Amino acid sequence: MIFDWNVVWYAMPLLAHGVVMTLQVSIVAGVLGLAIGLVAGLASLSSFRLLRGVVRGYVDFIRGTPLLIQIFLVFFALPVVGVRLPEYWAGVVALAVNSGAYISEIVRGSVGSVEKGQAEAALSIGMTRSGVLWWVLLPQAWRPMVPPLTNDLITLTKNSSLLSAISVYELTRAGQAIIATHFAPFEIYLLLALYYYLLISVLSWASRRLERSLPQW
Amino acid sequence: MVIPPAILSARGVRKAYAGKVVLDGIDLDVQQGEAVTIIGASGSGKTTFLRCLNWLERPDAGTIRIDTQVMGRTGSVVATERVLAAQRRLFGFVFQRFNLFPHLTALQNVALGPRRVLGQGREAAEARAERELRRVQLGEHMHKRPSQLSGGQQQRVAIARALAMEPRVILFDEPTSALDPELVQEVLDTMRALASEGMTMLVVTHEMRFARHVADRVVFMADGTIAEQGTPEALFGAPADPRLQRFLRHLEPSA
Repeated sequence: MIFDWNVVWYAMPLLAHGVVMTLQVSIVAGVLGLAIGLVAGLASLSSFRLLRGVVRGYVDFIRGTPLLIQIFLVFFALPVVGVRLPEYWAGVVALAVNSGAYISEIVRGSVGSVEKGQAEAALSIGMTRSGVLWWVLLPQAWRPMVPPLTNDLITLTKNSSLLSAISVYELTRAGQAIIATHFAPFEIYLLLALYYYLLISVLSWASRRLERSLPQW
Repeated sequence: MVIPPAILSARGVRKAYAGKVVLDGIDLDVQQGEAVTIIGASGSGKTTFLRCLNWLERPDAGTIRIDTQVMGRTGSVVATERVLAAQRRLFGFVFQRFNLFPHLTALQNVALGPRRVLGQGREAAEARAERELRRVQLGEHMHKRPSQLSGGQQQRVAIARALAMEPRVILFDEPTSALDPELVQEVLDTMRALASEGMTMLVVTHEMRFARHVADRVVFMADGTIAEQGTPEALFGAPADPRLQRFLRHLEPSA
């Protein structure tokens, strides 16, 4: 078998375009997912049972179904009930809703891991439950939250390759398009793997820096 | 002599966990300015009683009156969470393990209540906090975080945090039990000073010297009840309840 360097040279700038899209989708979905996860995580800590039940159901559903099916649900099934999203936004929404569920569990877990005496001390100076959460528990929960959060955002970036299934022109889809015209799956998939690997390495490095820069107490 | 109404009065306080009775109907009155010490073997319900007073634990039965308020009640109806939080503020609570907020400096720890509960501005709250920290001799450490302070200093910050809310009564839950022996005295000195300033205090402790020399009254708890109470002289000099006699005998070497 001959390794075709010409295809590689040809593909590299085209795939770079896909990298930009992958990053863009991941950042937008990550920010949205963070927002969803924070709200859902706080809701799961509230004293309203109904609210907790809704979040419970949402998290269960996301964890219990494949991401690819969730993407198809947003892209193919929602239009049936009148919600039609272009592929880009369908992809972003599916990824955000998916990671939001995991992030809400991270939020809930991190707040729950703050030592019990902290809440009691805050109650003892007359705080209400929401005051305790806001002024005492959340400020202490940020730090343990960051490593699993960055981990989740890295997973989200890798998962974005599934959006190729609904024709979002991100990195994987860009590679597939080249394969379809040049019949070079070996070169292109290797190249794709390398691109993802570099992308994730940069993200991992950045998240380690972030973790180290967190305040100590 | 007219006895003024108690600032704190507990009636018939009961608490059980999973069917095991921990508090079996406790009645206790504490007068304004009184320093009361609660002693007793571990498992006698002392800490649970303290935690039931400010409703950190909800009593199963009984009433707790602090000043003019009945804990957990507004008139004859169940209090809202907001009202309960305001009632809880009438108590200061000092924990065995300090429970300072580790992400905040000593000053911020003490100022948090005045700021976020009493709604004072930052400057007013911090001025207040500084005053309370100086009162417990920690003026020069106020910008340190708890992790930079010794156990004794941390416990004094915790006392300042309670004082900053101007409580009617301060509850101390074994405040020196988690301390290295050489750090116990500074906390006891702080408490003794508070007692002599007329602060109303209820102290669960194993420090018999404190019970003997600082307390106005000593309460001995056994099996979820108050078995005996009186002045330190009476209780330590002529204990009547056999359980108290046994308790004191076991303590003798250190007391």
